[in-house]
Amino acid sequence: YFQISLQCAVNGVPCRGKVLTVDNMNPNVKRVEYAVRGPIVQRAVQIEKELREGVKKPFTEVIKANIGDAHAMGQKPITFLRQVLALCSYPELLEDNKFPEDAKKRAQRILGACGGHSIGAYSASQGIECVRQDVARYIEKRDGGIPSNPDNIYLSTGASDAIVTMLKLLVCGEGRDRTGVMISIPQYPLYSAALADLGAVQISYYLDEEKCWSLDVAELRRALNAARQHCNPRVLCIINPGNPTGQVQSRQCIEDVIRFAKEEHLFLMADEVYQDNVYAEGCKFHSFKKVLFEMGPEYSSTVEMASFHSTSKCYMGECGFRGGYMEVINMDPEVKTQLTKLVSVRLCPPVPGQALLDLVVNPPQPDEPSYITFMKERTAVLSALAEKARLTEQTFNAVPGITCNPVQGAMYTFPRITLPEKAIDKAKEEGKVPDMYYCMRLLEEEGICLVPGSGFGQREGTFHFRMTILPPTEKLKVVLQKIRDFHVRFTQEFS
Amino acid sequence: MNAALSTRGGSQEKMTENGMMSRAKVLTIDTINPTVKKVEYAVRGPIVQRAVELERELSQGMKKPFAEVIKANIGDAHAMGQQPITFFRQVLALCSYPELLSDNTFPEDAKSRACRILQSCGGHSMGAYSASQGIDSVREDVARYIERRDGGVPCDPDDIYLTTGASDGIVTMLKLLVCGEGASRTGVMISIPQYPLYSAALAELGAVQINYYLNEEKCWSLDIPELQRALDEARQYCNPRALCIINPGNPTGQVQSRKCIEDVIQFAAKERLFLMADEVYQDNVYADGCQFHSFKKVLFEMGPEYSDTVELASFHSTSKCYMGECGFRGGYMELINMDDEVKAQLTKLVSVRLCPPVPGQALMDLVVNPPQPGEPSYDNFIKERTATLSALAEKAKLTEQVLNTVQGISCNPVQGAMYSFPRITIPEKAVKEATEKGQQPDMFYCMKMLEETGICLVPGSGFGQKDGTYHFRMTILPPSDKLKILLDKVKEFHQKFTQQYS
Repeated sequence: YFQISLQCAVNGVPCRGKVLTVDNMNPNVKRVEYAVRGPIVQRAVQIEKELREGVKKPFTEVIKANIGDAHAMGQKPITFLRQVLALCSYPELLEDNKFPEDAKKRAQRILGACGGHSIGAYSASQGIECVRQDVARYIEKRDGGIPSNPDNIYLSTGASDAIVTMLKLLVCGEGRDRTGVMISIPQYPLYSAALADLGAVQISYYLDEEKCWSLDVAELRRALNAARQHCNPRVLCIINPGNPTGQVQSRQCIEDVIRFAKEEHLFLMADEVYQDNVYAEGCKFHSFKKVLFEMGPEYSSTVEMASFHSTSKCYMGECGFRGGYMEVINMDPEVKTQLTKLVSVRLCPPVPGQALLDLVVNPPQPDEPSYITFMKERTAVLSALAEKARLTEQTFNAVPGITCNPVQGAMYTFPRITLPEKAIDKAKEEGKVPDMYYCMRLLEEEGICLVPGSGFGQREGTFHFRMTILPPTEKLKVVLQKIRDFHVRFTQEFS
Repeated sequence: MNAALSTRGGSQEKMTENGMMSRAKVLTIDTINPTVKKVEYAVRGPIVQRAVELERELSQGMKKPFAEVIKANIGDAHAMGQQPITFFRQVLALCSYPELLSDNTFPEDAKSRACRILQSCGGHSMGAYSASQGIDSVREDVARYIERRDGGVPCDPDDIYLTTGASDGIVTMLKLLVCGEGASRTGVMISIPQYPLYSAALAELGAVQINYYLNEEKCWSLDIPELQRALDEARQYCNPRALCIINPGNPTGQVQSRKCIEDVIQFAAKERLFLMADEVYQDNVYADGCQFHSFKKVLFEMGPEYSDTVELASFHSTSKCYMGECGFRGGYMELINMDDEVKAQLTKLVSVRLCPPVPGQALMDLVVNPPQPGEPSYDNFIKERTATLSALAEKAKLTEQVLNTVQGISCNPVQGAMYSFPRITIPEKAVKEATEKGQQPDMFYCMKMLEETGICLVPGSGFGQKDGTYHFRMTILPPSDKLKILLDKVKEFHQKFTQQYS
């Protein structure tokens, strides 16, 4: 701007600022934050560039333990899934003997459902019909036979897309009638970002760190009642298994939440993208849908709910494909029509992602050629994650000043860190939130990129970080050790 | 049940027939986001829903006056039989399942493209998230493509954002631009007729749509006095800040002259408007004497007074041109002269959705970095590309010719894109019957055509048109022989319809 105004002054031309500036852009967008790819990650990327340019650092690589990106950390894709995708991309390969019959069959079924038998055609906006049918069958199998109507399934561009779409539908009202949406603290910051973007009111309910991040209905009630004074609460979001906390809610808890949603007339949003990532003894994934229906018609025919799933997590880790779906339960038919209309504007979710989802819900069966390898690969990924979850918890709990709840599920650890007063003061001097200051120091000194707890929310006066458990076991051991050493050093420096 | 007695937020109690108290749902048509209700998208609207129903009835064995439904409503080339480009699909297969890199059936150039793409992916897998702005090496390739296309005008990869189809980039830009309340609410100029993504996005964002009419008599050309008229009027009730133009046009197919593009740029500069240039059909140019001129190129050729100041976003996609890869949702936008702080906000905004689909990014890389002369796949690639584009050119001509032989249909030349948007004369009696039925006359017309011939088109009312005129949009995508039949049926229907309501 300065150069242009200088130029204008020289030319004697009246000077004007840009059409689009931070002062006249969409104000909601300015309020959006997304810590998982926020300032610390931008610095990490910069450091990687410096390393490539030969700048000397105390480390030789940056370890990006900030994001749940399994393949980036070395996890291998499932062979069967990629074979079918290759066959769908280039159907000439259907003649190739290298591919097993079950892969070819799946590919042909998918292609048969595509316009012009090509994954390059737009699909129906709600998603390819036979994929939605397969998703419905998968849900029925998972939930012990409880019926799922394919018409209630909407395929989406990752689970994020569907979550944002549902929130968009739900937001209305002005001032004190503005829609309020309940979300956990800590939460996955897609929720806070979406609520900021939509100008909805975020209603935070605290998970109980002392009780392994469990959800407490009394706390839900407290948050709701407080919120009723300044907004119109209409939605309750829950992430199970949890992100960033990893807790796997008990069946009792899920029932309590459903009961609460019914009593308080709230639309339930159940983010279940980590449903296969359950590690701890005694923990089990209970889908909200299943529990809802087992509570009988008083609940199952009234509670309005949307459940979300994705191809990005679990054992697949196929983040880049942007595959996902939501199942809507008890949605008003007129609203459903509006939803269908809304998703039609963006035409359709990416078809490769839809194909991938089809394979996830319709994997090789015991009598099929790819079954053994599939099970071997799936088991290897999930058991490696379980091992790394345990290792992480153990290692962190041995560090004075770090306490780590069991990583019951998902793919993250969210340990609490004690920061010395002097460090907190230093952070404030630098205009940084204390756990951001801590994480930045860790990044600069060890090349390890984590996300500060402030990016997810935490109780006042407490500090955390979120680290993924995704690096390969040997590397993870090294990372854990470095964090341990850093924490001890840091504590000493500010003692 | 105390909470249920509150009347806030739709918790009203309802008395059912048997005297039981039941509650209204949390989410109803009255409590849904009001801007969502205002959204319409005709390309997949009511007529298409009816077409899908008819297809179902046909597959269930119901007897109809036709054997199949022809979906000429949407620019979906592969669905209408167009073949994918072999090279692209080979590379995508290699990227999906890299074991194929040891397979002799794949040419070396496909393998080397695949290796380059995979190197840029986390863990060398397409399953990893990419950078939110898009894979670095792909953005670099896009920048090089733009430089080549625009005769050397420099392009900075940092100004390139890969997107989930062009629609994603367009909606994101509009979102950034919208602010203000009441008379200072952002106004956005868009052509009539327009591609209804724009009207839908503006409705959803609660922005003000400012219509400027293209000139049907002059082959849908854009007229600066008309832009001025629309703008001056709009200034009374909103704050106009953006000007959107689709070139080549959708639904109209016009390819704007270079002079016109200069005039638009000058207008945008003078009136301080952010320019949005939707150029997804840039390879689809058929008419003699027509040429695609990118807004970026023209802007820079107008000298620094313009190229240093006019804020511009240009959009492209993998869905159209000769690729037709709609399902991959590949696209990009290039931003010119965007304020640095705004750019930081944009980067932050796109990070929330993590990244565009990686297969689509890979595909875009191939589109901007296709086989070169001397490479093994070159001949075949050019052959396939030429075949697709020349078939489209032929079908564009055929469509214009046939429709212009029909009394009551007049069709401007299909200069580019993939649609014809002919004007139809609808008899007064038909207009009356439509109005009685609460239908737009051209919707009434198209619905009848669908029920009687199985041909699904989109009524002009879905795109916008001058009051009292009627149109439909039909794609030129069906294979030539099928298109001929289609055009004859349309002709036949129109004649019958006109007679019926004479």
